[in-house]
Amino acid sequence: MAFYVVQFLTGLASAASLFLVASGLSIIFGVTRIVNFAHGAFYMLGAYAAYTLTERLSGAFGFWAGILGAALIVAAVGVLVEMILLRRIYHVPELFQLLATFGLTLMVEDLVVLIWGPSDLLGRRAPGFKGAVDFFGQNIPTYDLFLIVLGPIVLAALWLMFQRTRWGVLVRAATQDRDMVAALGVNQKWLFTSVFALGVFLAAFGGALQIPRDAVNHAMDLRIIVDVFVVVVIGGLGSIVGAFVAAVLVSELNAFGILIFPKISIILVFLVMAVVLIVRPWGLFGKPEAAARRTPGLTLNPWRPLTTQERMLALAGLILALAVPLVAGNYALTVGSEIAIFVIFAASLHFLMSVGGLASFGHAAYFGLGAYGVAFLAKLAGLPMLLCLLLGPLLGVLGAAVFGFFAVQLSGVYFAMLTLAFAQIVWSVAFQWVELTGGDNGILGVWPEKWAASPSHFYCLSIGIAALAVAALRVLVFSPFGFALRANRDSPLRSEAVGIDGKRIQWTAFVIAGGIAGVAGALFAYLKGSVFPDSLGISLSVDALVMVLLGGVDTVSGAVVGAIIYKALSIWLVSQTDLSKLVLGGVIILIVVAFPKGVVGVLETIRNRRRSHSKDSSLLRSQIESAE
Amino acid sequence: MSTAPTLLSVERLSKSYGGVHAVRGVSFELKGGEILALIGPNGAGKSTCFDMLNGQTRSSSGRIKLLGQDTTGRKPREVWRLGVGRTFQITATFPTMTVRENVQVALLSFRRQLFNVWASTPRFAEVEAGHLLELVAMGGYAERPCGELAYGDLKRLELAIALANEPKLLLMDEPTAGMAPRERIELMRLTARIAREKSIGVLFTEHDMDVVFEHADRILVLNRGTLIAEGSPEQVRRNPEVRAIYLGEGLVYDARHREGASA
Repeated sequence: MAFYVVQFLTGLASAASLFLVASGLSIIFGVTRIVNFAHGAFYMLGAYAAYTLTERLSGAFGFWAGILGAALIVAAVGVLVEMILLRRIYHVPELFQLLATFGLTLMVEDLVVLIWGPSDLLGRRAPGFKGAVDFFGQNIPTYDLFLIVLGPIVLAALWLMFQRTRWGVLVRAATQDRDMVAALGVNQKWLFTSVFALGVFLAAFGGALQIPRDAVNHAMDLRIIVDVFVVVVIGGLGSIVGAFVAAVLVSELNAFGILIFPKISIILVFLVMAVVLIVRPWGLFGKPEAAARRTPGLTLNPWRPLTTQERMLALAGLILALAVPLVAGNYALTVGSEIAIFVIFAASLHFLMSVGGLASFGHAAYFGLGAYGVAFLAKLAGLPMLLCLLLGPLLGVLGAAVFGFFAVQLSGVYFAMLTLAFAQIVWSVAFQWVELTGGDNGILGVWPEKWAASPSHFYCLSIGIAALAVAALRVLVFSPFGFALRANRDSPLRSEAVGIDGKRIQWTAFVIAGGIAGVAGALFAYLKGSVFPDSLGISLSVDALVMVLLGGVDTVSGAVVGAIIYKALSIWLVSQTDLSKLVLGGVIILIVVAFPKGVVGVLETIRNRRRSHSKDSSLLRSQIESAE
Repeated sequence: MSTAPTLLSVERLSKSYGGVHAVRGVSFELKGGEILALIGPNGAGKSTCFDMLNGQTRSSSGRIKLLGQDTTGRKPREVWRLGVGRTFQITATFPTMTVRENVQVALLSFRRQLFNVWASTPRFAEVEAGHLLELVAMGGYAERPCGELAYGDLKRLELAIALANEPKLLLMDEPTAGMAPRERIELMRLTARIAREKSIGVLFTEHDMDVVFEHADRILVLNRGTLIAEGSPEQVRRNPEVRAIYLGEGLVYDARHREGASA
C-alpha cells in the first residue's frame, strides 16, 4: 500500500513541471492562437540556463536565484522571439505559425549543443531538499514534496492574476474575442508580448525546476512537447485549470501505467487522450471553438487541371528524371530514390491537407505501417518483392481506416493533435512489441530482389511509382470525389445541405492518403533494407508537413516541389555541416515569413498577376480600337 | 391551389434550449406552388424553425412530414435527398471554386457521383449547370471565382445551388437580406416565377415587408416561439396583434398601400 502512495506522490511531483509548461502553452494559445511548438525548446533552454547559473552561483540563495534567473532570462529571449518573429506571422494560417515555431525548435536544438555540448549534464541538488522522507519503509525525496506543493501554488497565483488584475481581465477578454479587444483600443502588441513572455517564463521555470531530478540533455524538448500537447488537449486548450487536472492525470497514468501495464505504458496516455477527444472534442475544461474567421483573399484562384502545354512540361520533367541514371553515380541515385519516395509521402499528406483541409500531424504512422507491412511480408511470410510492394501498404490502409474514423470526427488543431496521438500509439507499439518488430533494433535485411537491386533500377522504380502516385492524386483532385472533399472543406454547412456526407468523404480521403503514404513507406523499407520505429516517428510526420507547406498548401501539386527542395536541402546540409538543424530551421522560418504561400504558391501568384495584367492591357487595347 | 398536394406539414413543433423555449407548438401546412412567408420580430424563433425543418437542429418535440414521409430528426443531407433546397441567412457557398463548379458540386451529389474518383468535375454536367445559372441570371459569371462575387450575386448563386436537386420545396432564410432594394425585388420575382412554373413550394423568412406582402400567398407570424397569426397578406396586415408586436402602427408602407388602393 505504502508503495502505491509513494508512486502516487512521484506522479504528482512530475505533474508540477508538466503543468507549468502546459499552462504556458495554453495561455499563449488562448490569446495569440499560436500553437507554440517551440515551447519545449524554451523548457529545455530554461533547464540549460538554470544548470549554468546554479553552477556559477553558490549557496542556497544562489541556487534559487539561478532557477528564477534562468526562467527570467529565457522569458526575455521569448520576448525577442515574439517581437522579431511572431509579430510578423500572427495573420498567417495557424499551420504556418506551427511551422515557424518548429523551425525555431530545430535552431534551438543545435544552438544548445553548440553552447553546452552534446553530453547529458547533471545539475545540483536543491539546497534544503536533498534528503528523503521515510514513509512506511519507502523513500520520498523531499524535493518531490516541494514540487507537489508548488504546483497548486502556481495554479492559484495564475488564477488570481487572471481574475483580479486588469491585465488578467484583458487577457481573458482577448481569449474570447481578440478582434473586439483591439477594437476597444487596447494595445494588442504589448498584450501579446506580455502573454508570450509569461508563457515562456512558465515553460523555462518548469525546465529549470527539473534539474535536481533529471539530467539536462538536448532531446528533452521533443519529449516534453508531446506530453504537453497531450495535456492541453485533454485539459482543453486555453484552460489553466484544465492544464492542471490533465497534467496530474497524465503524470499519474505514467506513474501507474508502468506498474500495471509495463508493456503498453506509453500507449495508455494516448489512449486516454483519444477517448477524451472523442467524448469531449474540446477537452475536459475547454470550450467548443467558435468557427475560425476565414482569412479572405487567401485562396481566391480556383484550381484548374493542367493545360496540354503544362502536361507536356511535366512529361518532359519525368523523362529528364528517368535519364538521370545515365550521368549520375550510385550515391546520387540513392539520394534520388529517397527524394522520389518523399515526393509520394508528401503528396499524400498534401492531398489530405489542401483538398481535405485536414492537417495530420501523425501522417508518418501510415508511412511506417507500410514499411512494417513490407518487412513482415518479406521476412515472416517470405513473399516476393512485387507482392510485398502491393500488399505491404495495406497495413497503412488498415491503420488509416481505424484511426481515421475517429480523427475525422474532429477538425483543426484538435484533429492535428489526435492524429499525432495515434501516430505515437503506433510508434510505441513498434517500439515496445519487441517480439514482433524487434523494438529499437528494427527489422533488418529487407533487400530488394535482383531486378530492382541496382541503384539505377531502384531509382527508376521509385520515380515511376512517384509519377503514378502524383498523377493519380491529381486525377482525384479534379474528380467528383475531390470536389466533394473540397466542398466539405470550404463550407461544411453548404455541403451537408447539398447531400454530401462530409465525414464519410473525409474518412475515405484519410484512408486513400494513408494508403499512398504506405506505398512510400514500402519503397522506403526496400531502399534502406531495414525498418525502424523512427519511420513512424514525430520528426518524420513533421518533415512531411514542412514539405507540404514549403511547396504551398493552396496549390494542387506543390508538395512535389516542396519535397524535392526540402529533402535535397536536408541531405545536402547533413553532408556539409554539423549544424544542419540550425540552417534548416532558419530556412523554414525565412520561408514562413517571406513566402507564406509556399514556393509553388508564389510562382502561381506571379504567373496569375502577369496573366491578368496582359488580359487587362489587351482589353484596354480592344476598347481603344473600338473607340477609334 | 387547394387541389395541390400537401408538401410539408408541421405538427406541434417545439424546441427548447435549457429553460428557453425558442419554438413552442408550431403547426402549419404548405402546398406545392405555394409561397409561404414566416415573419416575426428578432428572436421569434424563425431561424430555429428553419433549422429544424431541414434537420440542422433537432426538435425537442413535434413532428415534421415532408411529402408524406416523417422526417423528424433526419439529417440535412437526408432531407435534401427528399427534394428540399435550402438557402442560408448568411450565404454558404464554396469560395475556392468557380461559380459553375459550385453548381456542379450540387449536381454531382444529386446524381450520386460523390465517390466517383475518375470523371473530370469541370466537365461534369456543364450544360445543366449552365442552365441553372441562366435561370438565376448568373450565366455570365460561370467562370468567375465564387470568392470574388458581390453579396447579391452570392444569394443568386445559392438559389441556383438550391435548385440543383430539382426540389419540391425551397427553404429560404432571409433570401434578400443584405441586398440592394432593386436586387431584392428582382430576386423574389425570380423565385416566385420559378416556384409557379415548377410548382415548387417556398417557405421563406424575411424582414422586408415589401417583399413579403408582394410575394407571399400566405403569411405565418411568429412571436416568442408561438404562432400568433396566419392568413393572407391582407388578413395579417389588419391583425391588431401583429401590428402591435411587429409591423407597428402608421407605417409608411401602410400609407403607401392605401394610396395604391385608392389609385
